[in-house]
Amino acid sequence: MDTLALEATQPKKAQNGAVVAAPGPPTPAKRKPTKKTKKAVVFFEVEILDAKTKDKLCFLDKVGKVLPSFSLHGKSLKDEDVLQHLPVGTTATFYFRDLGAQISWVTVFLTEYAGPLLIYLMFYFRVPFIYAPKYDFTTSKHWVVHLACMCHSFHYVKRLLETLFVHRFSHGTMPLRNIFKNCTYYWGFAAWMAYYINHPLYTPPIYGEQQIRLALTVFLFCQIGNFSIHIALRNLRPPGSKTRKIPYPTKNPFTWIFLLVSCPNYTYELGSWLGFTLMTQCLPVAFFTLVGFIQMTVWAKGKHRSYLKEFRDYPTLRSPILPFIL
Amino acid sequence: MSAPAMGTSKTAHTDSSNKKKKGPGTLAIAYLVIYNVVMTAGWLVIAVGLVRAYLARGSYHGLYYSIEKPLKFFQTGALLEILHCAVGIVPSSVVLTGFQVMSRVFLTWAVTHSVREVQSEDSVLLFVVAWTVTEIIRYSFYTFSLLNHLPYLIKWARYTFFVVLYPMGVAGELLTIYAALPYVQKTGLYSITLPNNYNFSFDYHTFLILIMHHVFSKLFPQLYFHMIRQRKKVLGHVEEYSKVE
Repeated sequence: MDTLALEATQPKKAQNGAVVAAPGPPTPAKRKPTKKTKKAVVFFEVEILDAKTKDKLCFLDKVGKVLPSFSLHGKSLKDEDVLQHLPVGTTATFYFRDLGAQISWVTVFLTEYAGPLLIYLMFYFRVPFIYAPKYDFTTSKHWVVHLACMCHSFHYVKRLLETLFVHRFSHGTMPLRNIFKNCTYYWGFAAWMAYYINHPLYTPPIYGEQQIRLALTVFLFCQIGNFSIHIALRNLRPPGSKTRKIPYPTKNPFTWIFLLVSCPNYTYELGSWLGFTLMTQCLPVAFFTLVGFIQMTVWAKGKHRSYLKEFRDYPTLRSPILPFIL
Repeated sequence: MSAPAMGTSKTAHTDSSNKKKKGPGTLAIAYLVIYNVVMTAGWLVIAVGLVRAYLARGSYHGLYYSIEKPLKFFQTGALLEILHCAVGIVPSSVVLTGFQVMSRVFLTWAVTHSVREVQSEDSVLLFVVAWTVTEIIRYSFYTFSLLNHLPYLIKWARYTFFVVLYPMGVAGELLTIYAALPYVQKTGLYSITLPNNYNFSFDYHTFLILIMHHVFSKLFPQLYFHMIRQRKKVLGHVEEYSKVE
């Protein structure tokens, strides 16, 4: 993606041999011929280099208020940064890095979540070529299998709706290759789990109804919890903004976990999948839960660290993902 | 793999004035020298064992049995190298080293040891010889590097022999796995079938086939060409180097 948003309105003028040539103080918008003191408008000279090769890409000798989307001193600039508010003198060097092909977060999320929803249903309905032909389009005789399908589908429908209506993303886009990586993960694991749960030789949980009931309770509790956290996080941020604030418990009891944890959405997500593992008593589900937990812990630790860095008064009782433990 | 990727050079830093935060101390270096010397000796024992057995029998056939025990011992001992990286006395990636060592250990135990019928195959000799020569050079390379006295010959050997040894080793490994397949399928070795309480299944036979495909189509070409590039980089300035660095 060409992030060279900083168009050469200035250089273009120079090419036309128009206004720019005059040296000395720039002409302000307002003219006050009676006053001696000219209102000094600060103009910048901007040199833009390729981040890797340090080749000079362009040089802008008179730049007013602009919104660069490059990096300065090794730190990436945000879309909202204004040149005048950056810690530079009147000469600045920006490094431009091509981020490569990008894709929007919403697109990635919708694709990676729609996959498991549909794939699981294919296994549930036992479409041909998955199991032996005599089982095509049959249904499992175990009621827990139907329950599991409902839970799994509910979970991904919830995720899709949250992507469309709840989440407020910090970044617009991510690298294109992420969609292949993410979809392989989600779709692959969904197929692997669904294969066993909906298999004709599936064995229901050892402790029967008790186990399933407990598992369902845990699952639903954590789904509500996860949703509550998403809503709370959404409400921290006014529409269209990218502000960051410390999340705090609200009136909703499911958010009280914020007292102990920085990223309770991940905590609840782990809980949901533990419930699902218990419900299905299926080792691939346990693997999926474990891998997801590892990844979410990495994210939670990163988020926790950036909270600590950004906010001096960040509550000290909080752990990244598991209260007091992790 | 018969010749671990050389991008991960393990020259431990002995220059005390330049000691970085995670550099090994003198005790660590002493330990590493001993480790590498012992490994060099071990693989020399295997090499000698192979030669003696060949001379005694007069054929290449079934030489595996004459060096089976030291092979298992010293190849399994290489697991320590993962620990070295994890602890930080060797500046290599834990993941990369782990991957390389585990692939060797996998072939030694989960294929050659586990499927008795392949032990008399000639393909076993192919990878054993490749491993032996490679490891003797590799461990002596590390030993000399640690002592800051690396003869150019060893460096040259390390970055040149792989050109033949690596394909040779991979060929031996793949042919051995291929030879094991019918026995694995017949006996259901290391496989789990449905139904069971954990609703899980694993077919070792299919797993081996997938491994073969992955090694042949992706892993081997990638690593091989990586090492060729390393060779150009390291041996590129041949004229400027004297024999001893």
